[in-house]
Amino acid sequence: MNAKRVDKIATGVLYAIAALVVIILVALLGYILVQGVPEISWHFLTSPALSFEAGGGIGIQLFNSFYLLFLALLISLPISLGAGIYLNEYAGQNTITGLIRTTIEILSSLPSVVVGLFGYLFFVVQFKLGFSILSGAFALTVFNLPILTRSIEEALANISDNQREAGYALGLSRWETVTKIVVPAALPSIITGVVLSAGRIFGEAAALIYTAGQSAPALNFSDWNPFNISSPLSPLRPAETLAVHIWKINSEGIMPDAKAVSAGASAVLIIAVLLFNFLARWLGKRLYKHLTAE
Amino acid sequence: MDKIRASLLKKSIATKIERRGKILSLSCLALIILVVFLIFYFVASRGLATFFQNHINLWHFLSGIQWNPGTIGTNGQPAVGALPMIVGSFLITIFSAIVATPFAIGTAVFMTEISPRRGAQILRPVTELLVGIPSVVYGFIGLQVVVPFVRNTFGGSGYGILSGTFVLFVMILPTVTSMSADALNAVPRYYREASLALGATRWQTIYKVVLRAAIPGMLTAIVFGMARAFGEALAVQMVIGNATLLPHNLVSPASTLTSILTMGIGNTVMGSLQNNALWSLAMILLLMSLLFNLIIRYIGRKGKLNHER
Amino acid sequence: MADNKTMTTDQRNIMTFDPQAHEIALSTEDLHVFYGNSEAISEGDLQFERYKITALIGPSGSGKSTYLRSLNRMNDRIATVKGKIMYRGLDINSNDIDVYEMRRHIGMVFQRPNPFAKSIYENIAFALRQRGMNKKADLDEIVERSLRQAAMWDQVKDDLNKSALALSGGQQQRLCIARAIAIKPDILLLDEPASALDPVSTSQIEDTLLELKQNYTIIIVTHNMQQASRISDYTAFFNLGKALEYAETGDIFTNPKVDLTNDYISGNFG
Ligand SMILES: Nc1ncnc2c1ncn2[C@@H]1O[C@H](COP(=O)(O)OP(=O)(O)O)[C@@H](O)[C@H]1O
Ligand SMILES: [Mg+2]
Repeated sequence: MNAKRVDKIATGVLYAIAALVVIILVALLGYILVQGVPEISWHFLTSPALSFEAGGGIGIQLFNSFYLLFLALLISLPISLGAGIYLNEYAGQNTITGLIRTTIEILSSLPSVVVGLFGYLFFVVQFKLGFSILSGAFALTVFNLPILTRSIEEALANISDNQREAGYALGLSRWETVTKIVVPAALPSIITGVVLSAGRIFGEAAALIYTAGQSAPALNFSDWNPFNISSPLSPLRPAETLAVHIWKINSEGIMPDAKAVSAGASAVLIIAVLLFNFLARWLGKRLYKHLTAE
Repeated sequence: MDKIRASLLKKSIATKIERRGKILSLSCLALIILVVFLIFYFVASRGLATFFQNHINLWHFLSGIQWNPGTIGTNGQPAVGALPMIVGSFLITIFSAIVATPFAIGTAVFMTEISPRRGAQILRPVTELLVGIPSVVYGFIGLQVVVPFVRNTFGGSGYGILSGTFVLFVMILPTVTSMSADALNAVPRYYREASLALGATRWQTIYKVVLRAAIPGMLTAIVFGMARAFGEALAVQMVIGNATLLPHNLVSPASTLTSILTMGIGNTVMGSLQNNALWSLAMILLLMSLLFNLIIRYIGRKGKLNHER
Repeated sequence: MADNKTMTTDQRNIMTFDPQAHEIALSTEDLHVFYGNSEAISEGDLQFERYKITALIGPSGSGKSTYLRSLNRMNDRIATVKGKIMYRGLDINSNDIDVYEMRRHIGMVFQRPNPFAKSIYENIAFALRQRGMNKKADLDEIVERSLRQAAMWDQVKDDLNKSALALSGGQQQRLCIARAIAIKPDILLLDEPASALDPVSTSQIEDTLLELKQNYTIIIVTHNMQQASRISDYTAFFNLGKALEYAETGDIFTNPKVDLTNDYISGNFG
């Protein structure tokens, strides 16, 4: 066979493979949206779930997902920012820094179920927080820290050294320079990183089933005192999230309309993740524009 | 007389701020490192108890095929045999990687070499988006689509290694594809130009030059995908059947380390053998994750050496 | 030609000042600067007179930037600096010196304009505020004065809240000068501040520097010899990490004592 024919055949095969992959991926997205979107209604999004009868919603789970996301970001962002700053601005190029980077990489590659199990041992059992919002938020923090640290470090590294020198030459300390000049200049990419990590947190389930728990007790949405156990803000109540809910109703098989609810909930999850993605891009671009010219 | 001179000899506010900031940021970093050590310590202390407190023989644990901790198996040994789960985990990991690799690499080649425009406009965004799809969604679709399909086509219950493989294949496909595409994009332009200028066809150039140069990067992508597959819990747990038996074939219910862990941890009493044995499974997961990490680093280092040469 | 060059490379002619007649703002003694193991400055001892402009010239790679950046310890984490840098009777390299305070008195402007990604106003006010100056009126006044001194007030006075990154290169560089003088340094170091600019902006910056000379000691690196002869009082010629000749600018350009200097200013190399 001559080279030209082989080239033609190979090109054809590559086209076929790429087409097949596109079909699989688009079918996947299409399936979720086609099955799920018709299930979505105001009632579905706001009413509590029902166990043994059909017609329940995902209201509490949806709220829990957002609340946990918010808390996890609230805890992990400052820590990651500090760690990212240290790694990029202070740490020297030596073996110890190398080891630290490796350690963070190991954390980021741990299966999320292991993070969840650790959260169970440490926060739920050891610190007696029980299955609760707090345990879940801490587990998600552990899950999020390495990724966010990495992306913040990268964002800082992309800011040119001449910005730092400008600060030093004015007699500013390195800390002032990085926090007041470099971080603001890196804000577009930091925000992109945060929003992307938010998408991951939002869909995470394995880290949560043994930390935030698998039950969603009724909430009293008129009581916003965090110290009351039925308040939506209470940090010590168990809090099944949307992703955990999908897993649970499919594993238990007692909810009569589990399929419909899962489809609707999956569509909501996917749409949320899509929105996070677009938001990340859009915010990043806008902020960048805002910084460079007004 | 000289105020400036005096001020040079005093600690300035900036110096104090610097001190505080440095300590603060170092503490953040130390906290993360501490968390990693805590994870290893806690999981290992539980996982090792099986062997040191409950005196289960490590070899029996790794090679035993009966899993019912707390009881005695038919061979007169405690039924703490993790082999079925270990085999299950490895099988779905290897199978899904084998299926995903040609698709991922083919698509990556298409994206970067054949039709970069379509690649950038359609394939890139779609794959990057799919990387972010939550794994329970994959599990749910597996349950709704893959399991019935397998049942109708191959018989059996539909739950098993084959369904797990399908689900994981689709799940790691976007990751492996986009990482492979990165690896191909990193091959310098002039490699291709030189080869084409020598009269090679496009496919010869891709096959003999571009793919070879990108091997380390693509290997990393595949191992990365395998690590993800090995550690995935819920999507697999939903379609594999969760029977702690050595799989006889690809369509009989089986189990993985992660699936048994997710099922069991909540149903056992802390400190009991039943519970400790599960933590031993978690420890295997942890060690495997370390191993994948080491492999990726090894490939990375070798790749760099090759490039420098 | 190459042959007699090798014979004259040891030639040096370095002027020193009579401390009675000239006030010395800054001087280096036995300065050596290393990047790792390679020595970038091996002989470079100069004295800088107060309220004068001193130009550092020489071929690229001769160590001018390295020398200049040592003078306010900008090279702290990059290079190893040995020897003394004397400022107000103190060696700024010694451990007793507060480096951040020192840099407030020995300011620097860089080759590439590097305004912060902030508004024009903030670029200047930021460092002041950081040191506790919070009164709006005070800040306004300093911003205006600095911009006037940098000869750009009239152009930007209506756009103070616009991003500094939207300014042209020449304006950005003058903003950087304004920013540097806003904190009232004693000495101003400039590393080829006009090398990236068009002739008009360059001449505006030169005018600005001549203006500033009344209140500042200025040390400027330039590879533009016309620039050096136009604005500086003294000129030092660097080659291969050594200061080879240091004299009054008029002398060095009309009557260089060192052959290499002669070659350089007559355009034979560099
Ligand atoms: N950051 C650095 N690391 C290593 N070597 C450097 C660095 N900066 C400059 N050098 C070297 O030091 C010498 C002097 O450079 P420089 O001071 O930049 O010269 P000039 O400003 O006169 O062009 C050159 O040989 C250059 O390669
Ligand atoms: Mg230079």
